[in-house]
Amino acid sequence: MDDVLNAGVLFTNFVLVPGISYGSQLALCALGLTIIFGILRFANFAHGDVMAFGTMVTIFAIWLFQDLGLTIRPLPTALIAMPAGMAAAIGICLLTDRCVYRFHRRKRSPAIMFVISSFGVMLVMNGLVRMVIGTKDRSLDDGARFILKVREFRDATGLQEGLAIKVSQGLTVAVTCLAGTLLFWFLQRTRTGKAMRAWSDNEDLALLSGVSPERIVMVAWLISATLATVAGTLYGLDKSFRPYTYFNLLLPTFAAAIVGGIGHPLGAVIGGYVVAFSEIALTYAYRKFLIYLFPEGWQPEGLVQVMATEYKFAVSFIILIVVLLIRPTGIFRGKVI
Amino acid sequence: MSTRGMFCLAAMAVLLVITGLGQSWVVALSILNLCLISAIMALGLNMQWGYAGLFNVGVMGFAALGGIAATLVSVAPVNAAWDVAGADLAWTGVTIGVTVLAVILVRRLIGPGRWRVAATTVVLLAGLGFLHRFFDPAVEAIESVDPARTGFLGGLDLPIILGWPAGGLAAAGAAWLIARVALGLRADYLAIATLGIAEMVLAVIKNEDWLTRGVRNVTGLDRPVPYEIGLQQSARFQEIAASLGTDIQTASTIVVKLCYAGLFAAVLAGLLVLAEKALHSPWGRMMRAIRDNETSAAAMGKNIKARHLEIFVLGAAVIGVAGAMLTTLEGQFTPGSYQPLRFTFLIWVMVIIGGSGNNWGAVLGGFLVWFVWIEAEPAGLWLAGFLVTIVGEGSTLAGYILDGASYTRVLVMGLILLLVLRFAPGGLLPAQPRRQA
Repeated sequence: MDDVLNAGVLFTNFVLVPGISYGSQLALCALGLTIIFGILRFANFAHGDVMAFGTMVTIFAIWLFQDLGLTIRPLPTALIAMPAGMAAAIGICLLTDRCVYRFHRRKRSPAIMFVISSFGVMLVMNGLVRMVIGTKDRSLDDGARFILKVREFRDATGLQEGLAIKVSQGLTVAVTCLAGTLLFWFLQRTRTGKAMRAWSDNEDLALLSGVSPERIVMVAWLISATLATVAGTLYGLDKSFRPYTYFNLLLPTFAAAIVGGIGHPLGAVIGGYVVAFSEIALTYAYRKFLIYLFPEGWQPEGLVQVMATEYKFAVSFIILIVVLLIRPTGIFRGKVI
Repeated sequence: MSTRGMFCLAAMAVLLVITGLGQSWVVALSILNLCLISAIMALGLNMQWGYAGLFNVGVMGFAALGGIAATLVSVAPVNAAWDVAGADLAWTGVTIGVTVLAVILVRRLIGPGRWRVAATTVVLLAGLGFLHRFFDPAVEAIESVDPARTGFLGGLDLPIILGWPAGGLAAAGAAWLIARVALGLRADYLAIATLGIAEMVLAVIKNEDWLTRGVRNVTGLDRPVPYEIGLQQSARFQEIAASLGTDIQTASTIVVKLCYAGLFAAVLAGLLVLAEKALHSPWGRMMRAIRDNETSAAAMGKNIKARHLEIFVLGAAVIGVAGAMLTTLEGQFTPGSYQPLRFTFLIWVMVIIGGSGNNWGAVLGGFLVWFVWIEAEPAGLWLAGFLVTIVGEGSTLAGYILDGASYTRVLVMGLILLLVLRFAPGGLLPAQPRRQA
């Protein structure tokens, strides 16, 4: 019985907990992407760099707060610094919309023009972030490290395997739940939210019902930038901040949004967890796990790893291809672009 | 080519000459060589985007495939590795063949349904098991052969020039695979899928050490042109250099670079002629018709998917050739140097600025953007130096400015792209529909 419990704890520690926290981060990224897709109808390649930008401003705010002695230990300062990052990200998103996308919207350019413009925006933000904060690794985490430590868990349960939960992981889940609930409440219950859903379903009908397009677009950027900053800050807390990693998050984010059905908020959340769990479950070496479960003599020799960790990104790519082949609309029948 | 095109290309040449006079001819020629390669890459992307409206964000992957193909064609085979792992590798090949045959057989024998899926899975898993049995020891054996110097299988030991078409073929093969999957869907998905395949190609190249030597790089590749040191030792060359009154070292560097430039220019000219012919042929007209209105082209009986596949593979092949040439020029293959910013988005900026759909535009864009990309760095540093004198040296702000200066060019590229898209969507040399008299 102990063996089974040990195996379970091992699995929880190395697959379940990291999966949930990474999945929550991806879900937030994908939500921001999918909202823009639903309202403006293009795949925003600049999303990763909006995340990096918001997180960068958050980092500056953290430094400022630390200088002022405004910390909230054991929680990280990032939590109270985040609004600054959100405001900055919203500002830059609205500015790019005003300068770049609105022109193409008025001209009714094809969707592809928006996508190429988003490349341009991506390059600009990419350069901006690297110019201002540099390319070095930066840690955002200044609070307590763990909610549950390996040693404490072992002492409490008497099992061989330990379980550790980082504060950042707990925070990620809590903040994701909060943000998700707020977003769904907003979309389902408020007038603006309903207008947004109507716009996403059918532009013309929404226009006839008196929905103001510019306002809807503004709110969409507001939500997307906020979610991007939250996701970026949480990811930074969990791992660390580096502009390049944020750019690389683009692929899993797209995979998550498409798996769930692009333009579909609930789908984006589910997609985030699907991508995160597949990534972690397929690159985890199950050797130790199986040793606990199998009787003597049956134990595996190799690492029992489906894929090397270096191929992490390949997982999101394969998921993407499989979904495109089998069900291009995604789990929740989103739009086909 | 229009007068405007002539004028722009002449202006570009003047810019390079000014660089030659102002900085040095070695710098100008290095820029020129990379301009030529960039122009070829832009030409390939222009086929996909400009002719057919296909959205390829995987330029980096195709360029890297071209590079590794050229590398594998030119390096010498590592016989020791083949000796220790040859048998296992042969068995690996047999296993793959048998598994594929078994899967085909199973799918023939069992009709669609749950049993077919189950049987296919079992066969695949068995195949994978055998594969591990043979392949893993082979990899281990190969990678342990003199890891400091080789540790991979090596290549074919052929002249590296042959690697150029090989690079094109490798990229075309990959493009065919991805196109089969993603072309049926619309533009944004293709973009995401190609972004993914580029990352995937790089991941394979970086991690499959037995084949590519991974991040330990393959250096000291063959050259299609003479070595500087050889020139410096030849008596005849010394005479010529002396009669021209130049320093022998500079002279030899310049000659080598000129040789490369000649080769690259020949390839570019050949491809450009072919591309122009193709664009103005009935085939090119059909492509543009498909790009502008897929439905009406389909109504005229054109097979859209097959044509898209064709042009996607062609464009990727051109990019692959350019990737192979780049590796040749650098004389080494370094997977770590492939960054999406430099290899995908920069090429996109070239095509858009030059003028999508116009071959001369793509070439001009390749030249101009590469020139700006290279020269923006010293310019950025100079500007940063100027700013530092204002804020005062040694302050934190000064350090920031100096650190950030080299990233100005990314920002500038993005800005230029956005401005062109807004104010001159046709680019510098817009593709003009030919008017019939």
